Amino acid sequence: MKIRNKGLLYKLILGLMILSAFLLVAGCGEETAPAEEPAEEEETADEPELIDDYITLATTTSTYDSGLLDYLNPIFTEQTGIEVQVVSQGTGAALETGARGDADVLLVHDRASELQLVEEGAFVDRYDVMYNDFIFVGPAEDPAGVGEVSTAAEALTRIAGSEETFVSRGDDSGTHRMEMRLWESAGIDPAGQGWYLSIGQGMGDTLNMANEELGYTMTDRGTFVAMEDNLDLVIVLEGDPVLFNQYGVMAVNPEKYPHVKYDYAMMYIDFLMSDEGQELINSYQVNGETLFFPGYGLE
Amino acid sequence: MSRLLEGIVEAVRLIISLDPYLLQIVLLSLRVSITAIIIATIIGVPLGALLGLKTEKKTRLINKIIFTFMGMPPVVAGLIIYLILSRQGPLGVLGLLYSPSAMIIAQVFLASPIVTGLTMVGIRAKGGEVEETARSLGASSTLTTWTVIKEARYSLLGAIISGFSRVVAEVGAVMIVGGNIEGHTRVMTTAITLETRKGNFELAIGLGIILLIISFFVNSILYNIQKGGKKD
Repeated sequence: MKIRNKGLLYKLILGLMILSAFLLVAGCGEETAPAEEPAEEEETADEPELIDDYITLATTTSTYDSGLLDYLNPIFTEQTGIEVQVVSQGTGAALETGARGDADVLLVHDRASELQLVEEGAFVDRYDVMYNDFIFVGPAEDPAGVGEVSTAAEALTRIAGSEETFVSRGDDSGTHRMEMRLWESAGIDPAGQGWYLSIGQGMGDTLNMANEELGYTMTDRGTFVAMEDNLDLVIVLEGDPVLFNQYGVMAVNPEKYPHVKYDYAMMYIDFLMSDEGQELINSYQVNGETLFFPGYGLE
Repeated sequence: MSRLLEGIVEAVRLIISLDPYLLQIVLLSLRVSITAIIIATIIGVPLGALLGLKTEKKTRLINKIIFTFMGMPPVVAGLIIYLILSRQGPLGVLGLLYSPSAMIIAQVFLASPIVTGLTMVGIRAKGGEVEETARSLGASSTLTTWTVIKEARYSLLGAIISGFSRVVAEVGAVMIVGGNIEGHTRVMTTAITLETRKGNFELAIGLGIILLIISFFVNSILYNIQKGGKKD
């Protein structure tokens, strides 16, 4: 019995060794692959020289989950050779990541905080790159009657008044910060109420929970459209000007953090702000709907 | 580095001042995990004892299944319980998703195989001779089982404590089925994940320290028990 077990053990170890050898070979293969690319490039002389490097982009879950970056970044990489490594967090955490020098470039949506951090010297070269809007979604029966009003403040007053479930991001993201400002302007403090669920998770998780709990939530249009097929929720309020959601792009200040790849970060920012970049943003659609509009939203 | 130090100082202050947010999270964690381990014990100890008293050959397939479930990744356990409790799931009508009950169910699911498996191993190690002695003295099969459980109590306590250590420290399952709702289903591990993501490190470190302290006490008990067991 013991000897049989030993045999099994040896087989297992042998198996693991073979597996690791395979993984090593596969890993090396990947590493050598980029080296071949410049050689191909040399043949076409008029192509600009590609840079074999990467930048780190700290961004919000909403841009990432919507698929926009998967659409834009490969085009940028194709043109410049620079790979974009995306860290997707809440806006609060993304700003923190950037302010610590752990990223090169930021794409976030909390205009007031962004401008303040530029003022404080954490970031430079900020541009209003695109905008979309927030919407309120809820169960089709709309028990709080949000569909009958036209402003976010009235909507929140109705939800609070009827004590219908409201799911909040609660993660200090740009969306959460916007939601908190709206509660404030409605003169309601929802914290600690039984119907107010602050879950500290991303937009997708929040929509799923609202769907399960037959509750309301505020979401960026992009994430909702991307997930709509899997949700029973419907749009109950849209179009209030206060629901505009402005995205900014900016570079981490190289004077504060000399190690950041400022030049490459600027190439990325120039790409997004170029006519081509802005047109690409405008042309990106999910389920036949445009999710982000180029430029500055509130003229 | 200074950030870590600042974090630790602030974390200690939060713990000493019994910060209400922190306290509530810690208490909910303990409530959920202790309830889960009690239920897992009620399921796992008798089942483990039953299997442990049978010969290894007879239970070989069950052994393999239990050992597989002992290594179940928490996120997978969370996913399974989520799908069962979700509105479209078979038990959706109970409305248990995103409640402490759902978290307890998920943790029972994780802990029961551990308690069962380790009990079985412990009983099997002790069982044979004790069982023969008890039977030869004319004990009924219930009494025999009880005697064996009593004799193997150190390994049983070890099994229960291992189960507890596992569930109190896991984040994947409780995040999925509990939803990390503030004041309702937010426990230590999910709060650490959230506060780290928010860049709010003080609270995350404070909770981390408390988790380590709990783990230290639990493992000290386990250590002492196993030392006690050796003396026997």
